Amino acid sequence: MDAATSDRETRSMLLNVGPSHPAMHGVIRMVLELEGETIIKCDVEIGYLHRAFEKSCENSTWTQCIPYTDRLNYVSPLINNFGYCAAVEQLLGIEITERAKYIRVAMSEISRITDHLTCIGASAMELGAMTVFLYLMKAREFLYEIVEEVTGARLTISYGRIGGVKADLPDGCADQIEAALVRVEGEIAEADKLLTRNRIFVDRMRGIGVLARADALSYGITGPMGRASGIDYDVRKASPYFAYDRMDFEVPVGSAGDNYDRYLVRMEEMRQSIRITRQAMKEMPGGAVNVDSQGRVVESFQLVDQAKLGRTAGLIDVRTTVDPTLGGSERPFLRRVMPDDKRVVLPAKEDTYSNIEGLMNHFKIIMDSHGIRPPRGEAYFAVEGANGELGFYVVSDGRDRPYRVRCRPPCFFAMAGLHKMLEGYMMADMVPTFGSVNMIAGELDR
Amino acid sequence: MAEVSGDSPGFFTSKLAAAVGWARKYSIFQYPFVTACCGMEYMATAAGHYDMDRFGAGLPRFSPRQADVLFVVGTISHKMAPVLQRVYEQMCEPKWVVAFGVCTCTGGFYDNYATVQGIDTIVPVDLYIPGCPPRPEAVLDGLMKLQAKIENQKQEV
Repeated sequence: MDAATSDRETRSMLLNVGPSHPAMHGVIRMVLELEGETIIKCDVEIGYLHRAFEKSCENSTWTQCIPYTDRLNYVSPLINNFGYCAAVEQLLGIEITERAKYIRVAMSEISRITDHLTCIGASAMELGAMTVFLYLMKAREFLYEIVEEVTGARLTISYGRIGGVKADLPDGCADQIEAALVRVEGEIAEADKLLTRNRIFVDRMRGIGVLARADALSYGITGPMGRASGIDYDVRKASPYFAYDRMDFEVPVGSAGDNYDRYLVRMEEMRQSIRITRQAMKEMPGGAVNVDSQGRVVESFQLVDQAKLGRTAGLIDVRTTVDPTLGGSERPFLRRVMPDDKRVVLPAKEDTYSNIEGLMNHFKIIMDSHGIRPPRGEAYFAVEGANGELGFYVVSDGRDRPYRVRCRPPCFFAMAGLHKMLEGYMMADMVPTFGSVNMIAGELDR
Repeated sequence: MAEVSGDSPGFFTSKLAAAVGWARKYSIFQYPFVTACCGMEYMATAAGHYDMDRFGAGLPRFSPRQADVLFVVGTISHKMAPVLQRVYEQMCEPKWVVAFGVCTCTGGFYDNYATVQGIDTIVPVDLYIPGCPPRPEAVLDGLMKLQAKIENQKQEV
C-alpha cells in the first residue's frame, strides 16, 4: 500500500456460505471473512443435522441402536453397523465366527468403495466434471446391487447384528461380487483417465487446501485426509480387527496434504479395497453356500402346527421355508455367521417355530426389558471408517438399554481443522477443498 | 395475473391451460434441498442408472429463484427449519414442494427433540414420497404423480 491509499479505510467482507449451498453435500455453515477474493478467516458452524443419536440410543435396546448407526455415515453404513456391533461384542466378550469376520471385511470394503466413489464423483461434479460424476454413480450402482442382494436394502441396511451379521451371503454372491468389482474397476480407470492428468482438475487441486502433517495430528484427523498429509495411520493396520490381519493390502500415504493428494489417496484406497474384497471372498471359510438339506423342507406354519401339538421330537433337524425377508437366517446358515451364544443371538427360525426352547430364547431376546444385557462396564472399539477412525464407546449399566453410546465421528475432527485448509486460499478454492474433506453431516452432527 | 381457466372456460382458454400444464409438467426445475441420507438416493435417481432426465426433471437449479419444485431431501432439524422456510419463500410461483423420505413426511424414526415432525408443519407440501430412504423407483413414481398433479391443476399464467 503506498502513501496515497494508506489512509483509506479497508474493510473485509463477511460472507455467509450455507447451510444450504450447492457446493455442499451436507449441511454446514461457514462464515468467511474475505479480503478481495482471499479467505482470511473462516468460522465453521455445525449442528444442522443433529438428530439426537445418543439420546435415541439410550431409549432403545442394544439391537434397536443398529438402525441409528446406519444413518450416521449414510454413504458407508455397513462400516458403522459393524463398528457398533463390534463394540458391544467387546463389552459382552463374544468372539464372532470366522465366516462372519470375512463377511464383515468384504462388506466393509464394498461400503468404503461406495463412499470414495461418491466423494470423488461429487467433488468432480462441483468442479464441472459432470461426466465423472455419472460414471462413478454408475459404478456405485453396481455395488448397491450387491449390497441389496446381501442385506435386502440399498442404503439403510442394518445388516450387522451383535454376534455376527443378519444372514449369510446369498447363493452365487461371490460371482456377483466379482462381476461388480470388475465393472467398478473399469469405471475407476475411466475416472482416473479423465481426472488424474487433467490440466483443469490438477490446477484446481494441487497445492490447494494444504493441511500440514502437524496440524492434522493436532486436530486428530485420521483416514484418507490424515494419510494425504503424511500420517501413516490406518486402524486396519495399526490395530487389526475382524480378519484384516490376514489381508494383504497397502495403505497409501501422501505427502503434500493438498486436495490432489487426498484425491490420489482415495483413488488408491478404492483399488486396495477391491483387492481386500477379492481376498476376503476367496479365503472366506465355509465356501459357497450350498446346504445339504437333510430331512424334509416344510412350510413354517406346518411346523408351528406340529409344535403346538407337541410333536417336536422329529422336528429338531427339519428345515423350514421361512419368509423370504429372513432368507439366510435358517439354521444351517445362521450357525455359520453367528456364534453359539444364546444370550445375544436369536435362534434359527426353525427352532423358534418348532420347539419351546427356541421360542423362549427368541422371546428372551426380543421382549422388552429382557433382551441383550451386557455386563456393567464400558468398551471402545474403533474401525477404519471411510473418513478415518470411527469409534464407538458404549457404556452398559447392566440393563437391556445402553447407558450411553458415543460415536467418534471422523468428520468432526476434520471440520475442526477445516479453517486451516481454507484460510489464505481463494474463495473459489473452497469448493474443491470442502469436496475433498468429504464431510458427512449425519456423523458430524449425529 | 390473468387466469386461464375460469369458472366456465372457453375453447381457447381451456386449450391454453392444457398446453401450459403439459409444458410445465415436462420442465421441472428442481431445487434439491439435500440434508441427509436421502441425498444418496436422490443422487442415484438423478444419475444415469435411473435418469430423472427422462421426465424433464434433469436439471437441478441451486438457486431457489430459478426453481419450480423444492425437493426436501432428508431430515429437517429444528435448527434447519428456518432455512428451509426461507428457501421456500424465495421461490417464485408457481411452485411445488416434494417431501422426499419419511423424515420429511412425518419425522420418521427420529421421533425426538431435534427433528421437525414432518415439514408440512412449516411449508405446504404437494407430494409425499415415503421410504427410509425411498428407492429410486419410488422417487420416479412420485415424480410422475407430481407431473399429473401439475398437469391437472388450475394453471395460472
